[in-house]
Amino acid sequence: MGVEGIGARVARKEDKRFLTGKGRYTDDMVVPGMKYAVFVRSPHAHATIRSIDATSAKSMPGVIDVLDGKQLLADGIGNLICGWMIHSKDGSPMRMGAWRPLAHETVRYVGDAVAIVVADSVAQARDAAEAVVVDYETLPVVTDTLQALSEGEPQIHPEAPGNLIFDWELGDAGAADQAIAAAAHVTELKIINNRLSPNAMEPRATLGIYDAGDDHFTCYTTSQNPHLARLVMSAFYNVAPENKLRVIAPDVGGGFGSKIFIYPEEIVCLWASKRTGVPVKWTADRTEAFLTDAHGRDHVSTVKMAFDSNNRITALKVDTIANLGAYMSLFSSCVPTYLYATLLSGQYAIPAIHANVRTVYTNTAPVDAYRGAGRPEATYLLERTIETAARELGVSPAELRRINFIRTFPHQTPVIMNYDAGDYEASLKGAMEAADWDGFAARKAEAERRGMKRGIGMSCYIEACGLAPSAAVGSLGAGVGLWESAEVRVNAVGTIEVMTGSHSHGQGHETTFAQVVAERFGVPIDSVNIVHGDTDKVQMGMGTYGSRSGAVGMSAVFKALDKVEAKAKKIAAHLMEADEGDIVIEDGALKVAGTDRSVPWSQVALASYTAHNLPPGMEPGLKEGAFYDPSNFTFPAGCYICEVEVDPETGQTKIVQFVAADDFGNIINPLIVEGQVHGGLAQGIGQALLEGVHYDQSGQLLTASYMDYAMPRADDLPSFTVTTSNTPCPSNPLGVKGCGEAGAIGSPPALINAITDAIGNNELTMPATPQKVWAAVHSAH
Amino acid sequence: MYETIYHRASSVAEAANLMGTAAEGKYLSGGMTLIPTMKQRLAAPSDLVDLRHIAEMKGIAVDGRSVRIGAATTHEEVATSAALASVCPAICGLASHIGDPHVRHMGTIGGSIANNDPAADYPAAMLALDAVIVTDRREVKAEDFFTGLFETALEDGEIVTAVRFEAPAKAAYQKFPNPASRYAMTGVFVVRRADGGVRVAVTGAGSDGVFRHRDLEAALAANWSPGAVTNVKVDDSDLLSDIHASAAYRANLVKVMTKRAVAAA
Repeated sequence: MGVEGIGARVARKEDKRFLTGKGRYTDDMVVPGMKYAVFVRSPHAHATIRSIDATSAKSMPGVIDVLDGKQLLADGIGNLICGWMIHSKDGSPMRMGAWRPLAHETVRYVGDAVAIVVADSVAQARDAAEAVVVDYETLPVVTDTLQALSEGEPQIHPEAPGNLIFDWELGDAGAADQAIAAAAHVTELKIINNRLSPNAMEPRATLGIYDAGDDHFTCYTTSQNPHLARLVMSAFYNVAPENKLRVIAPDVGGGFGSKIFIYPEEIVCLWASKRTGVPVKWTADRTEAFLTDAHGRDHVSTVKMAFDSNNRITALKVDTIANLGAYMSLFSSCVPTYLYATLLSGQYAIPAIHANVRTVYTNTAPVDAYRGAGRPEATYLLERTIETAARELGVSPAELRRINFIRTFPHQTPVIMNYDAGDYEASLKGAMEAADWDGFAARKAEAERRGMKRGIGMSCYIEACGLAPSAAVGSLGAGVGLWESAEVRVNAVGTIEVMTGSHSHGQGHETTFAQVVAERFGVPIDSVNIVHGDTDKVQMGMGTYGSRSGAVGMSAVFKALDKVEAKAKKIAAHLMEADEGDIVIEDGALKVAGTDRSVPWSQVALASYTAHNLPPGMEPGLKEGAFYDPSNFTFPAGCYICEVEVDPETGQTKIVQFVAADDFGNIINPLIVEGQVHGGLAQGIGQALLEGVHYDQSGQLLTASYMDYAMPRADDLPSFTVTTSNTPCPSNPLGVKGCGEAGAIGSPPALINAITDAIGNNELTMPATPQKVWAAVHSAH
Repeated sequence: MYETIYHRASSVAEAANLMGTAAEGKYLSGGMTLIPTMKQRLAAPSDLVDLRHIAEMKGIAVDGRSVRIGAATTHEEVATSAALASVCPAICGLASHIGDPHVRHMGTIGGSIANNDPAADYPAAMLALDAVIVTDRREVKAEDFFTGLFETALEDGEIVTAVRFEAPAKAAYQKFPNPASRYAMTGVFVVRRADGGVRVAVTGAGSDGVFRHRDLEAALAANWSPGAVTNVKVDDSDLLSDIHASAAYRANLVKVMTKRAVAAA
């Protein structure tokens, strides 16, 4: 490891720009003639549009135009789609209702876009938006996940009778039922996974620019995957062919999944730019973000976990209903299926697993991937259940987990996944030692003397990162491949540019990707530029989500570096009249091993471009590309332990310690990994303690601002203890796993297990607000 | 935000004049509620008359145990006033926990009590301290000043210029913050006067805004100790119920916060 190579604790290169206000976000973009858009949105959760009258709005000061869905339809702009086909267990395809970028017949949730106003200023556009008269005929509303499937509830899409989108299953129901019938003990639970608002610091924004001279579009947008945005807008929404559409995702202030998807606004602003002849910029305000950013989670499940007389798990049976909201967002269908049910084996050897998943439409914002996406739902369900089982069986929660750990790899679960490596015992042991698990009883007794209820809980999570390989996900219904691309361009002076299809929106790629290059060639990271987020600059790539940039994106860089290295060695061998096999790269120079002969890296680069003295037949230049399609997912795993004190008088929970012991494989930059874990933990703790989206009966969003939606703050969180015990991933050349989501996946059950331990009542749902905990304390037996 | 005309008044008389000529004016005294409301387009005053720079409305005067706080005094000034802390530290503590540093440097005591948000902190203090609200026209007892949710006895154009109260022998404020907004989900200000009289004022919980709890006062007048509240029944029928806290939970918080305030006083 060099001082800036793999494993070095290097401060983030990009932070200077972010911390000094020099970041360049979509809303910072200003182009000549640019105008501002405001969307007219439905105030009703479900209504028929009788008419839209924009006459007076159009005549207001500064207004360029007001455009609606009929005009959009007439111009041939297509429906928004869900890009992952799921078939119900009867073989029928999922029932996807139409999602128009601008609704012109029916609105289905509060915030549904109805028209766009383009004006000289945001204030003028807002004034005019208020003057657009939309005549609605309101319809009955359903927002609740379970209620949506009941008889007599309002029908949200004609394509989906009874609001059922699909009824899907995974695993062997017969085997699970048989094992449950024969079990020595069965633990049953009802599990609710609360609905969350993603709350990226930067709200969504887009700038659509149509150039009539070239018949060409440019779209600046807050995207985690600009190439995917271009592909989808081109292939499905008919905005423009790919060669006439450039998508740029500049600095993006957090995504957490919510900026994977293509939303109506970017499509409509591009189209409106062509219609009006001016560049059109839209930036969401925070209320719009609450209303229209795709929400996360919202599952209602029942679970049965069966044990034999030796406390070994013999079966798991799960029935889940997942709320997908008013429309199927881009990857909504895969989240509660292949990203969820495939993880239901957790860290345990379970011979029989069956999961049944039904998804439903409701009059709420669309629900899609949110940090963890499916895996937090699986982990919460599993880890709450095994903790409950331990209490019922009178076994320590650590021991019950130990008895059931998978210990040999590779391990084929009954739910598709083939775990390649791991050491769950090591994480468990590491976490218990760090948390001084054995000293808990004394701490509890001390707390009791102060009138506080102290509890401890653990969670042993596993996640699957870097969805892959493409052929496998394709066979499961994915509409895209899940590889990644890289191009390494060595400049004539030896500095290096890396074009990556991964996108950084807080992950620190400009630093970590540069470290991988620095490691290889012994050059300082300052001489390495990471280029991403622009379809004109970077070859086709798949973007960043599912903790994939390290395992997949960096592996593509690694492969491209292999090619660059091979060519550089050939040139160096030629220059030094040595054998290619004897060339080694050390300290920024190419050397003949065992001699004092060497040429600096920069000289090899220059030689490749002067081309005065290259090996016979070699092309000039030093630039190589690679595509990397992994052979398997990677499987980060770990053990989290949370210790809390509950104030029985108020129900207030204080986290007194939180230990995260993770296995992330090889680590490129420990500082950034720890930061990712801290952020993930904050989000997971937010879900468990504070956050929850509430709609009222009429479909109005009650938590549409920070006055009512509780985000975690510094004083809600303890100082985290973060440790790792790593097993390198055998499925990619760097041996890395993924760390972006782990904290959000593993922490909620640890917290709820700790609180329920403290209060002696297992009936508690997330978020465990003071009111709920207080009620649970006072109804405990 | 809709278009509005901003005026910075330099005297109470000028402010009243400006308001008199405005079509639909609003006084601005920190704007910690009004400005966000305007940004959301839920308020559209034609004119804003800023009171924060009126010298005669600023500052804290302590004379013996008599306290006068100018209405344009910021929360930060109240929180850090040594003179005030020497006679009534409870109100300094209350001010130090309003909002965040930005809010405390902009928001004022006059703005807070004139707005009478049912979850604001100051109304509980004013009521418990038996304060007098001084306006440009009269003096009103806190008891008569806070009349309901966001409602006060202020007439059109009337300006709160100061508050006055006698520092009590003991006082303390305890609030249980809303996890999202950090406003008081329930806050209790307790006061014990040298003559043994007790006042308990509750904010954040009442469906009609800030109120005194007479049973708690009676119990504490008889026995000034945290344990005295244990057997007092707090009726939840007049308490707020929302997605954050039921009336029953708030009733519990009234007792717990009272108990803790007495312990802290």
